[in-house]
Amino acid sequence: MVSVETRAAIDAEIAKMPEKRGALLAALRLVQEEHGHLSLEAMEEVARIFELHPTEVLEVVSFYNHFRAQPRGRHEVNVCTSLTCSLRGGRGLLRQLQAYLGVHAGQTTSDGRISLGHEECLGACGNAPMLRIDDAYHLDLDWARAQQLLDGLE
Amino acid sequence: MGHRVPHVTHYLTEHFADDGYTTLSGFRARGGYETARRVLVEQSPDDVIGTLKRAGLKGRGGAGFDAGTKWSFMPRDGAGPSYLVCNADESEPGSFKDRVLMERGPHQLIEGILIPAFATGAATTFLYIRGEYAEPARILQRAIDDATAAGVLGSNVLGTGFAHQIVLVRGAGAYICGEETGLLESLEGKKGQPRRKPPFPAERGAFGRPTTVNNVETFCHVPHIFARGVDWFRSIGTEESPGTTLFGVSGHVERPGLYELPLGTRLDEIIFEHAGGVRAGRKLKAAIPGGVSMPVLPAGHLDVPMANEFLREHGSSLGTGGVIVMDETTCMVRVGCVISEFFRDESCGQCTQCREGTGWMHKLLLRIERGSGTEADLDVLEDVAGKMEGATICAFADAAAWPVQALLRHFRSEFQGHVHAQKCPLPESFEI
Repeated sequence: MVSVETRAAIDAEIAKMPEKRGALLAALRLVQEEHGHLSLEAMEEVARIFELHPTEVLEVVSFYNHFRAQPRGRHEVNVCTSLTCSLRGGRGLLRQLQAYLGVHAGQTTSDGRISLGHEECLGACGNAPMLRIDDAYHLDLDWARAQQLLDGLE
Repeated sequence: MGHRVPHVTHYLTEHFADDGYTTLSGFRARGGYETARRVLVEQSPDDVIGTLKRAGLKGRGGAGFDAGTKWSFMPRDGAGPSYLVCNADESEPGSFKDRVLMERGPHQLIEGILIPAFATGAATTFLYIRGEYAEPARILQRAIDDATAAGVLGSNVLGTGFAHQIVLVRGAGAYICGEETGLLESLEGKKGQPRRKPPFPAERGAFGRPTTVNNVETFCHVPHIFARGVDWFRSIGTEESPGTTLFGVSGHVERPGLYELPLGTRLDEIIFEHAGGVRAGRKLKAAIPGGVSMPVLPAGHLDVPMANEFLREHGSSLGTGGVIVMDETTCMVRVGCVISEFFRDESCGQCTQCREGTGWMHKLLLRIERGSGTEADLDVLEDVAGKMEGATICAFADAAAWPVQALLRHFRSEFQGHVHAQKCPLPESFEI
């Protein structure tokens, strides 16, 4: 399930920490990057690597926003809806995105292209409104620019 | 040494427009790492802590505790490892200063880490960065790798014989991991639920070892204090709160952005002179001085110097220095709705008052905003906030309660207007 390369990367993370478990978040991120999400089988395998009960891994996965137990779209589009972005139209932008893509926040388009969501404060308050596509920030947006970004996603 | 350095009052960001400053060679060409090398060669750990205490550097993560005093809490018996933790989990709505400090000055941060690492005898610094900050994490990892390859970090730091490594750790999306003990739990690969104190981290911190946790900006000030001297540092800012800080200005201003200014700069000066005033010539209604957890101040109370000793008199606090500005169109009940939604979503769920109270407050605020609230709801809201304050393991419940209490204190008539009109009386307000 976990590739040789990912396992080697997990071992490298474990080597950096005074206790093995300190590398658990990094390991979950690596496995998620490889498979797109964290299936029950993947969590069980991570549990074996870290010598933990699978429920201990599950409770960590469910605590953090960035871990996904279900498959998602090829791209994640997240609008910041904290107060600072809301004051400059962040929630309006999210509403337009929902209408354009035909999905609500938390859902994936039927072609599996985009999972839409919203996040609280992405730390770009001086450039509101903004959104995050996968790992990249896109700042000072208006609707035309946001639409252009969406259309450019494969 | 200090007298040969030019007197600048924007020292953190002085070179941020210069791309070369982000590279190891460019940083060294501007004198980078010379201060750390000189301190490690010429001073003892006690000297370093003494200098920091005299400088009076206050932590820039929100609590504003004296940094030198915090370092002095670390035990010095030398039995087993101790750690430094750099809190780069910036997640407070309104705050974006640490992201810019890491992106534009990664080596400034590393130099700022080396000096307290030496002073506290820490073998390793864990730099815990929020998961959303992929780009700053990439920039920092490259800077750490370059510094390690060049002997700035490693078994013989800058040729001084001191050994230190920095391990970058990425979070996974949880605001509470910015709370220092929540961060430590997360660092250990667990849910980021805050610990009861005592024991404090200096006694039992990361992996059960003595640990000091400081914010990114706090570290970044340190080399400048040692390069230019205590007198220079204390000549900037106020007597109780020396130095500059990065004010992140957002919301309804003409020029949102980051401004490095002395602590004690007046809030209205920041809004009107530096950030260009309120957008489109509208009137100012209110401002939050330091991120959403800090109590709001109405227009008319904004001639306050931005330092904790002055903000306290106005019932607020500096927090992270994230100034959020709201113009006359802003519905303050909606402000409460958005803020309480954030705290409801981000409560770690460990304490009942917080887990239940944040959601309860959000429901009440939403009901009032939608025009179906009653006068009694206002009293219940006040009561719930009051019962959350000071009743939980960490300060998250306080942070959720304070903004609601302040909104009711300063804008109660607007809340009552919603109840009596049975709708929002400010239709032009921002969308929620």
